[in-house]
Amino acid sequence: MLKLFSAFLICLVSATNALADGPAVDTGDTAWVLISTALVLLMTAPGLALFYSGMVRRKNVLGTLMQSFAVLCVVSIQWVLIGYSLSFGPDRLGLIGGFEFFGLSGVGQDPNPDYSATIPHQAFMLFQMMFAVITPALIAGAFAERMKFSAFLVFTLLWTTLVYDPLAHWVWGVGGWLRVLGALDFAGGAVVHISSGAAALAAALTLGKRKGYLTEIMPPHNLPLTVIGAGLLWFGWFGFNAGSALGANGLAATAFLTTNTAAAGAGLSWMAAEWLHRGKPTLLGLASGLVAGLVAITPAAGFVSPLSSIIIGLAAGVICYLSVAIMKPLFGYDDSLDAFGIHGVGGILGAVATGLFATTVVNTAGADGLFSGSGALLGKQLIAIGACFLYSFTISLVILKAIDMVMGLRVAKDDEVQGLDITQHSESGYSL
Amino acid sequence: MKKVEAIIKPFKLDEVKKALGELNIEGMTVTEVKGFGRQKGHSEIYRGAEYMVDFLPKVKIEVVTSDEMTPKVVAAITEAARTGKIGDGKIFITPVDDGVRIRTGERGTDAL
Repeated sequence: MLKLFSAFLICLVSATNALADGPAVDTGDTAWVLISTALVLLMTAPGLALFYSGMVRRKNVLGTLMQSFAVLCVVSIQWVLIGYSLSFGPDRLGLIGGFEFFGLSGVGQDPNPDYSATIPHQAFMLFQMMFAVITPALIAGAFAERMKFSAFLVFTLLWTTLVYDPLAHWVWGVGGWLRVLGALDFAGGAVVHISSGAAALAAALTLGKRKGYLTEIMPPHNLPLTVIGAGLLWFGWFGFNAGSALGANGLAATAFLTTNTAAAGAGLSWMAAEWLHRGKPTLLGLASGLVAGLVAITPAAGFVSPLSSIIIGLAAGVICYLSVAIMKPLFGYDDSLDAFGIHGVGGILGAVATGLFATTVVNTAGADGLFSGSGALLGKQLIAIGACFLYSFTISLVILKAIDMVMGLRVAKDDEVQGLDITQHSESGYSL
Repeated sequence: MKKVEAIIKPFKLDEVKKALGELNIEGMTVTEVKGFGRQKGHSEIYRGAEYMVDFLPKVKIEVVTSDEMTPKVVAAITEAARTGKIGDGKIFITPVDDGVRIRTGERGTDAL
């Protein structure tokens, strides 16, 4: 007991010393990153939760909200215990982080100059936590209205540990092979959107179509909820992208600007594409488009000029619309809320666009893309896209099949008809 | 006694209520319903996918009246609910055997 107490005292003393001697924490940078962390949390809960739950039928509104909030809780704990270490711990073979930061050992109030020299290491860890949270929550759009909640919890934990954590290390971890290669991903186009999009496609294929898909009408039950969610996503995305500058500086302002501009362009171009194709400009179209624009600008936000971000946004709205309205029916998979169509396709588009439009005029730490005279970056971006997509798709398939064999992925047919709210949670969203 | 059941366009409810109020009708029941007649449905578009919505929202009004009031009630509803366009709705009239006011036990037209 005495030994334990003295060990504790030594820890306390050494921690205090480290605090005094460590690199200086910048208060402005720290304030911005902490605020950005809270903004990214808002994207998941309630932003994404509302965006998705408005699009499902009313019998599944709570089950859909529950998924986003449950991911927030599960991954918050996983990240502290093991996730941060696997993603940002000392490199192992360029593939994964070591266990050195297990349980946040050594992750304290001092900055970690490897990642951010001016903010506490814990602030960086927290900011990254919110990215790890939103990524599995995005996948839920593909299997909405039919997955067992217990299977969903297991999937979230396994997917975050086996897919997200290694991918975050590849792209952002010091020594990660895609980072060493020189592929650029400012705020998570590959790590967050391509990975969740690929997993979404794997999930839509593994779980199969909803009962009654294409034979019954399944219109969104509450579009105002969806639009409130889209607004919160836009708002929170300033933390996601501008926060990824990891400081209160000019680069953050540029990322803020490109983010807003791309969202606006994509909202308009999706609306216009649907107007031409179906004859009416829809609110769901505008909201879906702005989200597609936010996805596409994510990898490019701190590397491209504001004018380039208009082009990226306009392209994202049209291409994601085509993937949802033309490609999905053509192949016949039931990506229920278009997690693949918006995040997978938009993420790939953004990663390619980074290889085209990136310029060192905007960010000296970045690289020049094809339109600035160098084709090398585009090649690296394509390698990153292929690697992240294939890894996430394959491992997701394995995880889903394994869960299906052990405990089953889908709710029983009768439960699906009755809805997730009553059968999974014994609650109803609406009393009338 | 007769029951007059009118299925009308929802935005016409206030005008119909006012017209019936002028006849000193003592009560009515209003329900939000869905259905189709010759008007059929309409199409809705979600993310480029077009859905046919067969059942349109309507309002059903039920009024029970004495036999002598029935033609006036039907005329008032017809006039107030009409727009002249397809989908104005229908009125059905059925005989009612009896009625009871629960509080007092009064029967027949006394219960209205």
